[in-house]
Amino acid sequence: MTVIDRNAAPSAAAGPSRPAAARLLAMVAGWDWLAKAWWTCLSVALFAGIWELCWALGWADPQLLPPPHIFLSNFGEQGKFFNTATRWQVGNSMGEGPSAFESVMITVAATTMRVFVGLVIACVLAIGVGVAVRYWHVFDKLVLPTVTLLSPVSPIAWLPVAIFLFGIGNAPAIFMVVVALFFHMVLATIAQIDGVSPNLINVARTMGASKRQIYGRVIVPAILPGMLQVLRMNLFGAWMVVLVAESTGVGYGMGQVIMLARNTFNPSLVFFTIAVVGVLGFGFDWLLRLAQRRILYWLPDTQEKLRGL
Amino acid sequence: MAFDPAPHFSSRDAVVCRGVGKTWAAGTKRAHEALRDVDLDIAPGEFVVFLGPSGCGKSTLLYLIAGLEEATEGLTWSFGDVVETPSPERSLIFQETSLFPWLTVWQNVSFGLAIRGASQQQRRAVAAEALQRVGLKAAMDKRPDELSGGMRQRVAVARALAMRPKVLLMDEPFAALDVQTRARMQDFLLDVWRDSGASVLFVTHHIDEAVALADRVVVFTSRPGRIKTIVPIDLPRPRNLFSREVEALRIQLTDLLRDEVDRAFAEQEALSATA
Repeated sequence: MTVIDRNAAPSAAAGPSRPAAARLLAMVAGWDWLAKAWWTCLSVALFAGIWELCWALGWADPQLLPPPHIFLSNFGEQGKFFNTATRWQVGNSMGEGPSAFESVMITVAATTMRVFVGLVIACVLAIGVGVAVRYWHVFDKLVLPTVTLLSPVSPIAWLPVAIFLFGIGNAPAIFMVVVALFFHMVLATIAQIDGVSPNLINVARTMGASKRQIYGRVIVPAILPGMLQVLRMNLFGAWMVVLVAESTGVGYGMGQVIMLARNTFNPSLVFFTIAVVGVLGFGFDWLLRLAQRRILYWLPDTQEKLRGL
Repeated sequence: MAFDPAPHFSSRDAVVCRGVGKTWAAGTKRAHEALRDVDLDIAPGEFVVFLGPSGCGKSTLLYLIAGLEEATEGLTWSFGDVVETPSPERSLIFQETSLFPWLTVWQNVSFGLAIRGASQQQRRAVAAEALQRVGLKAAMDKRPDELSGGMRQRVAVARALAMRPKVLLMDEPFAALDVQTRARMQDFLLDVWRDSGASVLFVTHHIDEAVALADRVVVFTSRPGRIKTIVPIDLPRPRNLFSREVEALRIQLTDLLRDEVDRAFAEQEALSATA
């Protein structure tokens, strides 16, 4: 890609017509985007290729580790299993209800919704509590020890609590996501606040800013970049937890599909679901990065510098 | 506090320090005394440079005068009022960039007005005027990361000026700049100072900077920081830094500082020997 790029640029620069140069510029910009997609595909293809190779050489038993071309090929058949919602209801056969594609979409949408809602609730609560901990000293003393105490608890331990409290449905899954992320995010928020340059705070103080103004106008904007980073890291955590949550407390969702695959010994379905989760997580992360670049326009591009090393 | 509260000075003095001392982490094992027994009078419109070896407490004194830190001994007054909290009348300019990266240049400059709820029009007008004075009006809508180090410090100066301060406190503001930029910034600062009529308290460890700028140079001892001597400089500005008078001053200040640096080194060596 880059080779073509470099060869093409001077030939067009020599051309006198401006629209042509502009068109080329747009094209190169487009290529940059394309190059990223290309590398992503290549990365996945490399991984899949090694797997396929292992299968071709007979090292990977297709019954246990079906390679991508097997677990992706019978989409129609696997997709049917996503239709857990109707299947659970008495009297419905596997053939009835939504089509395979619709089933996958319904399941994906349900799980995504739980991740998203859980993430938003956790994030808002954690930033609120984190800021409050630094804002009011008493709040710090009263809350921080408990938060620290609870943050190493595995989400698995919260699973029964989720069911005790919320029974089955969306609520326990969302609760699981929130509880798995909240404590870490509180600690991360506090760490971000403590990392704000004292100079910025001192400037605001000499200008006569009140405590509230210092928090609202200096500390919150100053921790935003770090918080978006924290959010990105926790996005993956949310995806991990939601499957655990869904595997018990909820009637449908990706976690249910995994459980079904486990109980019916269907490795193809497991890997198919993993692939779907991967694509979704990747997409979410991409969106967040996009948002990050929009919201945090003032951050320097360190990545660019590191690439030059 | 065994201290006579009646000030023996006029309320017109820009800054007055009496018996000011500061011990960090006082009362703990890590306590260390940064400043001791500082008496100082600074007139309105005066340009005073604090000169001393690194870590001698001169920046600490600046923070005390700004009201950002509390003295453990003594009191400070500014125009007749005891300094207890920070005030827009005493603007502090830091060594490192202290601009808010998420605001544009003009929003940075008018930050103090935004806090008081001024309208956007009003803020833009004040920012434009302050930026005009530092010669950066054209960069109003830029963001701090698009500016060079020298420009950023000029914006910081404009931000301080927008508050119409009576005292400008500068903590090694040009330390991070290259030598040429620094010389230009010193000229620029003298212009700004003359225009504004504010007193300037300027911390540096550069002798050349001190002789280029100051009406008076306050030389500090190394820890705990005390005032060793005050050297008045009665030369007209702009100063020829290669003239004989300036050379004599430079030698005098170098001698005064050398003792302190030697003492600080000896102390550090003794400390590392016991450690």
